[in-house]
Amino acid sequence: MMPFPAPEPYDPTTDPLPTPPDNHYSSSRLERVLRRGWFAVTAELNPPDSADPMDVLKAAEPLRDVADAINATDASGANCHMSSMGICSILSRVGLGVVLQISCRDRNRIAIQGDVLGAAAMGVGNILCLTGDGVGVGDQPGAKPVFDFDSVSLLRALKTMRDENTFLSGRKLTTSPRIFLGAAENPCVPPYEWRANRLKKKVRAGADFIQTNYVYDVDSFRRFMVKVRDMGLHEDAFILVGVGPIGSPKTARWMRANVPGIHIPDALIERLERAEKPGLEGKKICIELVQQIREIEGVAGIHVMAYRREHLVGEIIEETGVLKDRIAENSLQAPATGKDAS
Amino acid sequence: MYALRRFAVRHSRSYEWFYQRFERAIVALDPMFRTLGYQRVERPVAFIEWGVKSLLFDCKMCGQCVLSSTGMSCPMNCPKNLRNGPCGGVRPDGSCEVKPEMRCVWVDGWDGASRMRHGLERIAVVQPPVNRALEGSSSWLRVAREKAAMGRDAHVSADPSKYALARAFRRARRLEPASAPLAKEPAAALADQAVAETTAVYDAPSAADPKSEEPGQ
Repeated sequence: MMPFPAPEPYDPTTDPLPTPPDNHYSSSRLERVLRRGWFAVTAELNPPDSADPMDVLKAAEPLRDVADAINATDASGANCHMSSMGICSILSRVGLGVVLQISCRDRNRIAIQGDVLGAAAMGVGNILCLTGDGVGVGDQPGAKPVFDFDSVSLLRALKTMRDENTFLSGRKLTTSPRIFLGAAENPCVPPYEWRANRLKKKVRAGADFIQTNYVYDVDSFRRFMVKVRDMGLHEDAFILVGVGPIGSPKTARWMRANVPGIHIPDALIERLERAEKPGLEGKKICIELVQQIREIEGVAGIHVMAYRREHLVGEIIEETGVLKDRIAENSLQAPATGKDAS
Repeated sequence: MYALRRFAVRHSRSYEWFYQRFERAIVALDPMFRTLGYQRVERPVAFIEWGVKSLLFDCKMCGQCVLSSTGMSCPMNCPKNLRNGPCGGVRPDGSCEVKPEMRCVWVDGWDGASRMRHGLERIAVVQPPVNRALEGSSSWLRVAREKAAMGRDAHVSADPSKYALARAFRRARRLEPASAPLAKEPAAALADQAVAETTAVYDAPSAADPKSEEPGQ
């Protein structure tokens, strides 16, 4: 129904780097959708433990027609998988919008700034700057945690590369990376009353869009958004809210206990327990959450993280109807909304 | 010491009051430090600073102290060394994702900042990444050097990379000059001596002064 605009494969060996439209930082589809004021959808890809590019394309199959950009995680939960860079390289060659995720846990400032140039050269338009989970929760807890940058100083470093045309060392770039900068926020964990202030810091540091962690507690998220609106942050950055279907009450409890930063209210777990088919109920809950969240002022889109339930993403998007208000238009030059790339 | 560290956060306002006066005093001592030579006083001052601050704040001697901007909660005690606020993994009871027995340094930090006179405006400032070559050196002396140089309008550096960082993090540089130092570092303050040798490897140093407002603020 919707892909916007039609995917165009990008081959860095033959195609010139695309030029961003006016008032845009990047050529990414996600940025165009957001600046046009459309409700955006991003989705997280389950990265393969494999060196086969076909596995990446297979994993992207259920997401490609509903997502404006696909997030390629960077060893999330400190578990080793194919790199975000590798996945982005493959997906951008078949014309899919991607979000490169960079976690500060594994690489220092030298590696990261180099990676950003490489990614931009391969056609990556969006970069999400993350702190990263501690190495202890992952499959290789003996690894050395790097944390040379934090997510906020990383944002400022990449903004400097993009807008000032220099590395953080002051050395000039001959071509700056045309990237749309993202940051994460987790509205439902302490310190609750300062989460919006922390978001403000990220926006000041350079974030153009925000993808939140899972929001299963809409009331708590509403309170967060009141502060966000008071500070006017929703006008300076596009906020995409994290959602995802839960497969079973057991999964919910496991996630809550073992994955850092996930808050699932008891009431929601009880509802899954009462259901005859928890899988279906989980999907239903997700759809309800999306419908409640999209009504909240200042929300620009959703970020679907359906780990091992990617096959449901299409149905969830379809049933929530979030893409219905998109009309097929040819012009991409609609007046920009939100933060201008001036 | 954990209990004293938590005490500092609860009494951040008194600590702020005291530090403001202490800072004025050490900046006033800059002419003396220069006469004696920063190189010569570096080791003994760093030793005293380590003794005092490791007792009070569990100081890790990053050499670029920004306690006034972090609610008197030392960010180097965060297992991820975050200098700009908490990560998304803080546990529901406010404890650390990596060390559950410890309260999140930044939950404490924002708490401390909210008690201080200038805490909330300072904690909102984007801090640059730490310069790992300065680990183990005296932050007090660095503050004295930088602030005195700012007062003399003589913050000159031969190293353009320092200007680039100071420009990218203008507000932090203005409020906490030790977070993006420009003055020449005495060799004794550098963890890696090779760093001292490799100044001015790039083109002409930029004379731009990172005083004006940051872009987008």
